[in-house]
Amino acid sequence: MKKFIPLVVLVLGALYLVGKFLPARPASSFNFVGFGELPVLLNGRLKPIDTVARSSLLQFQGRQRVGDAAESAPQTESPAEWMTNVFFSSAKADTYPVFRIDSPDLLTLMGITEDDAKVRYTSSAKQFFAVLGFLPSSRSRFSYEKISSKIPELERQAKLARPVEAAVRTPFQHAVIQLYGSLVQYQQLKHTLAPPTSDDFLGELLSFQKLLPTGVAAVRAKSTGQPHDAELAKATIELGQRYLFMSEVTNILAVPPATEVTDDTAWMTTGQSLLGSFQRGTVDPSVLAFAGLSYAWRQNQPEQFNKIIDLYSAQVGKRFGKQMQKTHAEVRFNAAEPFYASMTLYVAAFLLAIFSWLKWPEPLARSAFYLVALAWLATTVGIATRMWLEGRPPVTNLYSSALFIGWGSVGLCLILEAIYKNAIGSVAAGLTGFATLLIAHHLSLSGDTLEMMQAVLDSNFWLATHVVIVSTGYAATFLAGFLAIIYILRGSLTRSLDKATADSLARMVYGIVCFATLFSFVGTVLGGIWADQSWGRFWGWDPKENGALIIVLWNALILHARWGGLIKARGLMALAIFGNIVTSWSWFGTNMLGVGLHSYGFTAAAFTALSIFIASQLILIALALRPLNKWRSFQTA
Amino acid sequence: MNEVTRQFRDFFVSLKLTIVLLALSIILIFAATVDQVNLGIWAVQQKYFHSLFVLWRVGDIPVPVFPGGYLIGGFLLINLISAQVYRFKLSAKKSGIWLTHVGLIILLIGELLTGLWQEEFALRLDEGQSKNYSESYRFNELAVTETTDAAFDDVVVIPEKILARGEAIQHAKLPFRIVPKLYYPNATIPENDSKAPTPSHATKGIGLQVGVVPLPLTYKQDERNLPAAYVELVGADGLIGTWLVYANPGMPPQRFEYAGRSWKIALRYERNYKPFSLTLLKFSNDRYAGTAIPKNYSSRIRLNTPEGRDDREVLIYMNNPLRYAGLTFYQASFDGPKTTILQVVRNPSWQMPYIACTLMTLGLLIQFGIHLVAFIARRRKIAAVAA
Repeated sequence: MKKFIPLVVLVLGALYLVGKFLPARPASSFNFVGFGELPVLLNGRLKPIDTVARSSLLQFQGRQRVGDAAESAPQTESPAEWMTNVFFSSAKADTYPVFRIDSPDLLTLMGITEDDAKVRYTSSAKQFFAVLGFLPSSRSRFSYEKISSKIPELERQAKLARPVEAAVRTPFQHAVIQLYGSLVQYQQLKHTLAPPTSDDFLGELLSFQKLLPTGVAAVRAKSTGQPHDAELAKATIELGQRYLFMSEVTNILAVPPATEVTDDTAWMTTGQSLLGSFQRGTVDPSVLAFAGLSYAWRQNQPEQFNKIIDLYSAQVGKRFGKQMQKTHAEVRFNAAEPFYASMTLYVAAFLLAIFSWLKWPEPLARSAFYLVALAWLATTVGIATRMWLEGRPPVTNLYSSALFIGWGSVGLCLILEAIYKNAIGSVAAGLTGFATLLIAHHLSLSGDTLEMMQAVLDSNFWLATHVVIVSTGYAATFLAGFLAIIYILRGSLTRSLDKATADSLARMVYGIVCFATLFSFVGTVLGGIWADQSWGRFWGWDPKENGALIIVLWNALILHARWGGLIKARGLMALAIFGNIVTSWSWFGTNMLGVGLHSYGFTAAAFTALSIFIASQLILIALALRPLNKWRSFQTA
Repeated sequence: MNEVTRQFRDFFVSLKLTIVLLALSIILIFAATVDQVNLGIWAVQQKYFHSLFVLWRVGDIPVPVFPGGYLIGGFLLINLISAQVYRFKLSAKKSGIWLTHVGLIILLIGELLTGLWQEEFALRLDEGQSKNYSESYRFNELAVTETTDAAFDDVVVIPEKILARGEAIQHAKLPFRIVPKLYYPNATIPENDSKAPTPSHATKGIGLQVGVVPLPLTYKQDERNLPAAYVELVGADGLIGTWLVYANPGMPPQRFEYAGRSWKIALRYERNYKPFSLTLLKFSNDRYAGTAIPKNYSSRIRLNTPEGRDDREVLIYMNNPLRYAGLTFYQASFDGPKTTILQVVRNPSWQMPYIACTLMTLGLLIQFGIHLVAFIARRRKIAAVAA
């Protein structure tokens, strides 16, 4: 019976992943998947509307699901459905609670009372869990409708907060700027495909098309002082102003270049295209398609809606077929959420591996190993997909470095576990895999994670060598630290650390530190060579360079102390845990200084998280420094 | 060897010293990195790395609080060399450590030489403009130029450092003395809201219309200090006048006549002349569609030497600098659509890190390779015993 546990776990894990990767059965007659696949050009990249929807939701409210805390079912089937409402029926969209407000001061400012925020569960079971704290008892996400009356005051506060440097802003000011930014972006989204103020955009466009020749003539005549139809000229000018506003309010380029335009990147906003209509005399067919979608959506005609999507998609595909292969794949990738799926598997693997130390060591350790392998496979597919979408090596920004460091460190764990088969590798894999993906999730809250590279970093060769190798060095240094944590916790708090396990852990940590030294050194050197090749200087004492150098020096220090016999296993563990502090500072702390070439991406919340992490590592080191006879595993009596 | 020498030797050979020095260097680098927020990258290098001690000012007295880069690096060098001489016998088993340490010695010496020799300048070119000099990022100079002969200029330059001393300056080529009256290491021309002009001490030139006010020194990476000074020119027969000079590039040189000869005077960025000139033919700045994110900048440049030995076009762009005459020109920045800013670096010891790092990488690979082989052999043995 016990023999089959690993196999069963393997099959269950695999089924879970397959279920994630298979397309979901749509619940609605509207083709939201097809709508989400339509491409727009934003921040220099042709991306599916689905990605815009997901990254906007993450930015607004820290998650992709749209729904209220009191209801268990989500309010929209998918981010794409929410986006459809934002584009075509903004009154409905305004009722969705998608703006996250945590700061109590900001809640007050936005006129939200404690009573508004309180969640009233209908089922008594839920009420019970809410009292226990397992379910939220107050909500933190609110609809546009709820807060719209206070937006002028928010705007005033944002104006006051903006001149303050980011580093010295109060939490309230941060919250104000964050929410205001979200609302501005919400306005941009609303003006992407159709004006939110128009009840019948299609009708408006059809009459605009008819009015164009005479209307433009009337305006021309007016400006030269000749007799003209004053009514008509006024109406034309008003339309012009309306479309000018539309073109200025959004930065999402939704209209593909017309056939006669050869530049593939000459996408336009809907407003810009409409302004161009005054010269061309016709409305761009893409804009008419958007208006058609808007009409079909508002009239609740799913067949019409789906048909327009197919036609429009085929039309755009004639010219951008290759790019649309990527947008389609990206939508599938978004829906599969390989990294979130891996997180679940890592947690399960971690628990199984821990239990294997208490009972059924062999089958549970093997099950955990299988789950780690599955999760690692899923992240591999995820990272590979990102690389293909972007046409870049794996690490291009802080988000992808988190993915890659987790991937590298779990990869090393798999090797360790294959050699030692004592579940230590799986525990470390579960821990580091989950932690790095959690970090990645928090980094994804600042927007689309497939960003365009700044010119200075635009070199695939160096990204593929320097960045990948130095990230591997980070991963290994972290892994050594996490293995050391297992040693300390098992040794000092439990009786489970026998001599053989302790020895093999010491050997693992030592081996990984050697590996880390090699990779962080070579990676740092390659960075120097990149700098010399590009800028004529090998070393510039830039914060990120210094961070990498400190990791190399720290690893060298551990090795010298070990070789010199100054430390034994316990000292090695304490120093390896300090390596976690060194690496986390180098990874994030240097970016928080806000100076230097590498100062991309800074988050204020990250500072708190980093401080807590460092404090926890110091406590673990203190635990390591207690005399051995206080350790439960080494007590003879 | 007597006891004292032996103890001395043992101290420098010891592994404990290595560990202490590694720990000290980590602390030094950490402190220097954090201090960049206050001091900027250049001042930090001077204070922490290119120094024997890190000094703190207590009142007016600088107190050494921590060993600086030169001291730690120097001790590390001695430690390494003496360990190499006394502790390690060259053998196949130790070859990895040997290579790593020799590489590190070269790296440390290379870094010392870079600190001593490396120079950085900026070269700013508008489209169509030619220059045969680049300008310092930090230093300024007072230039007094005789323009009497239309065929050539005769320039006397006085480094800012000397100007700052405030002592009268006499130069053999000048028929007058230069007496710095007031010197501000950083200054600005205030915006005139009240229509009341800022008081000026000048009696000639632009200083009659504008005045300057001192500013606190800036350490920000994207700002530079712009010094200003009021200088008196005193001829054989008395005061010629007082000029306001200001290192802002927007301030043109001020012309005057004295002793029947024509002159101009200006405080400007310190120049470094080259035996060749560069002309910007075209600057391009591509952005990603629909964004302000720069995709690539490039400068098409004509490089020529006066005797005509070199006369060719080069393209400088991101990650692709021009190396010429011991200098590296790289695309650092730009100013508007038609102005490029190149960084010019001279670093004669640039090959040393390459040699050092190759040796060290090789050494680490051998060393850890030996460990790995031994580890696998031991696992095999255990497996064989178990079976």
